[in-house]
Amino acid sequence: MADPTRSRSLLASLTAIGFVVGGGAAAFAYTAGWLSPDRLTPAKVVDAFAPPGGPALGHRRNHAKGVCFTGSFESNGAGAELSKAQVFEAGRYPVVGRFNFGTPSPVAPDAKARVRGFSVRISTPDGQEWRSAQISAPVFPVSTPQAFYELLQASGSKAPEAMKNFAATHPEIAGFGGWTKTAPWTASYAEERYNGLNSFIFTDAGGKDRAVRWSWVPEAPPVSVPADDIAKRGPDFLQEEITQRIAAGPARWTLVVTVADPGDPTADPSKAWPADRRTVEVGKLIADKVEPEADGPCRDVNFDPTVLPLGIRTSDDPFPAARSAAYAVSFDRRTAEAKDYPAK
Amino acid sequence: MTDAASFPKADAVADELPRFTPLQRLIHWLMAAGIIAMLFIGVGMVSTIAATHLTLVSIHKPLGVALLALVIIRIAVRFRYGAPPLPVDLPSPMKLAAKASHYAFYGLMVAMPLIGWAMLSAADYPITLWGGFNLPPIVAPSRELHALLWDAHRTLAFVFFTLVLLHVAAALFHALVRRDGVFQQMAGGARP
Ligand code: HEM
Ligand code: HEM
Ligand code: HEM
Repeated sequence: MADPTRSRSLLASLTAIGFVVGGGAAAFAYTAGWLSPDRLTPAKVVDAFAPPGGPALGHRRNHAKGVCFTGSFESNGAGAELSKAQVFEAGRYPVVGRFNFGTPSPVAPDAKARVRGFSVRISTPDGQEWRSAQISAPVFPVSTPQAFYELLQASGSKAPEAMKNFAATHPEIAGFGGWTKTAPWTASYAEERYNGLNSFIFTDAGGKDRAVRWSWVPEAPPVSVPADDIAKRGPDFLQEEITQRIAAGPARWTLVVTVADPGDPTADPSKAWPADRRTVEVGKLIADKVEPEADGPCRDVNFDPTVLPLGIRTSDDPFPAARSAAYAVSFDRRTAEAKDYPAK
Repeated sequence: MTDAASFPKADAVADELPRFTPLQRLIHWLMAAGIIAMLFIGVGMVSTIAATHLTLVSIHKPLGVALLALVIIRIAVRFRYGAPPLPVDLPSPMKLAAKASHYAFYGLMVAMPLIGWAMLSAADYPITLWGGFNLPPIVAPSRELHALLWDAHRTLAFVFFTLVLLHVAAALFHALVRRDGVFQQMAGGARP
């Protein structure tokens, strides 16, 4: 015979179980972002780079065109005063790198290479790695990753006023805009200075932290070439030039570390630090071999700027975390599309 | 009507009930908390570009590897002490479901961290557990293998979470509806 208290408690029990399971599933969905369409996910950011025809499968979603190089980093020991990382102890450490420029297309003409990139992975005998990806611009166009996403959307937008409106609400873009208009062009990856732009924390052996930025300063003197001239060159002139140049002899850059003063804008790569900040030359990068990307040693490297040795860590700059999340998505996608980009 | 007084007290019965050993129960609950945390950290970390991304990743890797160590101990302990029998009146499809899901759990608890570790190895990332300490790679760098392992890690994570929900529902069903002592075999406490 049905016992009313028993069936009421059965109902209560089943409801309780439903709440636990349903609540658990909802919490999971919320954490994953499925209930928050406005959350800026790494996937959304990466999607925003894609040109109207869709991304180039198998390739990096940004800085898609490039060539690999290998060589070494010759540390002079001066950096040991700033960071305990082994890479700053005097010595020679192997490097895998990549010359590239900002474009979602692996076949973009090199004349489009305004923002040139220089990616570096240095490995040390203690098993640690320092990966970094720097560009030729002296400042970043925007102050925050969110604003960068908005910039990507504005520049991909068909609305005629999109960029104007963006600039009106993000005045910091003027610094970068001025650079693209006035900086001289060069005809070689070897003549560019590459800037890390993001701030990191160096910790020395005594445990003292310092906020720093760094740049790779070329040994080859920059020869400025009129923009019209650049436009007339072959589609791969930069790759061809660097391949020939390094076949004839290595190209070199000096790594210059700039130490922030208290109060310098460490969290905002669109703001340069005053020119009088202390700088330390910590070593030289020697690139002595260039190889095509398709089967080269840099192809499957993710130059994630948060892969850092002990002695370097991220700062209050929000970019490295955003970059790490986005580069991983780009890497995950391009490795899954390997068949679309056969090794030659 | 039965005379309640002719039966031993419920507590006395519970004391004689076969249970998982205290060590097994400790590991079960530690791992339950750890795995649920891993599932949430995992989906959370890949859904944001904020600084929390790096924090969550830096927890995901060492916690995942710690769980791998725990499950190895757990399996050894399980071989040594076995498991208490399920109630004789539990319908056999339910028994089968319980057994199968427990095997699936052991498989997932071993596979998930190994896949995570192998995935990072295939991607040629340093597998940093904490500042300055890296695990060695367990497979050679390979884009094809990376893609395969990435898919597996993600798909199995969702399978894992679904199974956890079912397992919790079943555990609570034993505790609140069947009141057959199965919950207490793992949770401890007096039999209802
Ligand atoms: C939130 C801001 C940024 C986003 C979302 C972003 C996104 C990306 C993506 C998706 C890639 C392709 C990664 C891969 O497949 O391996 C990439 C590559 C690159 N990015 Fe960024 N980036 C950002 C900021 C920066 C900054 C601040 C710099 C320079 C200081 C920079 C320099 C580079 C370079 C040099 C590469 C080429 C790396 C390589 O050779 O693999 N990016 N970026
Ligand atoms: C009990 C063990 C583990 C569980 C339950 C787990 C769960 C997860 C989940 C739910 C995700 C998010 C998947 C997605 O939404 O795309 C994830 C991603 C990830 N897991 Fe794990 N994980 C475990 C162990 C590990 C271990 C030991 C490592 C590495 C040592 C690892 C490395 C990663 C990485 C790198 C990602 C991000 C992949 C990407 O999208 O690039 N996991 N994990
Ligand atoms: C990620 C989470 C969890 C995992 C991986 C897990 C895994 C397992 C496994 C493998 C067993 C079988 C033990 C054996 O036979 O050796 C088991 C038993 C059990 N679990 Fe969990 N569990 C989890 C969470 C939970 C939670 C949250 C509860 C309670 C709400 C729970 C309640 C139980 C109970 C009552 C048993 C005993 C079943 C029996 O006697 O056969 N578990 N669990």
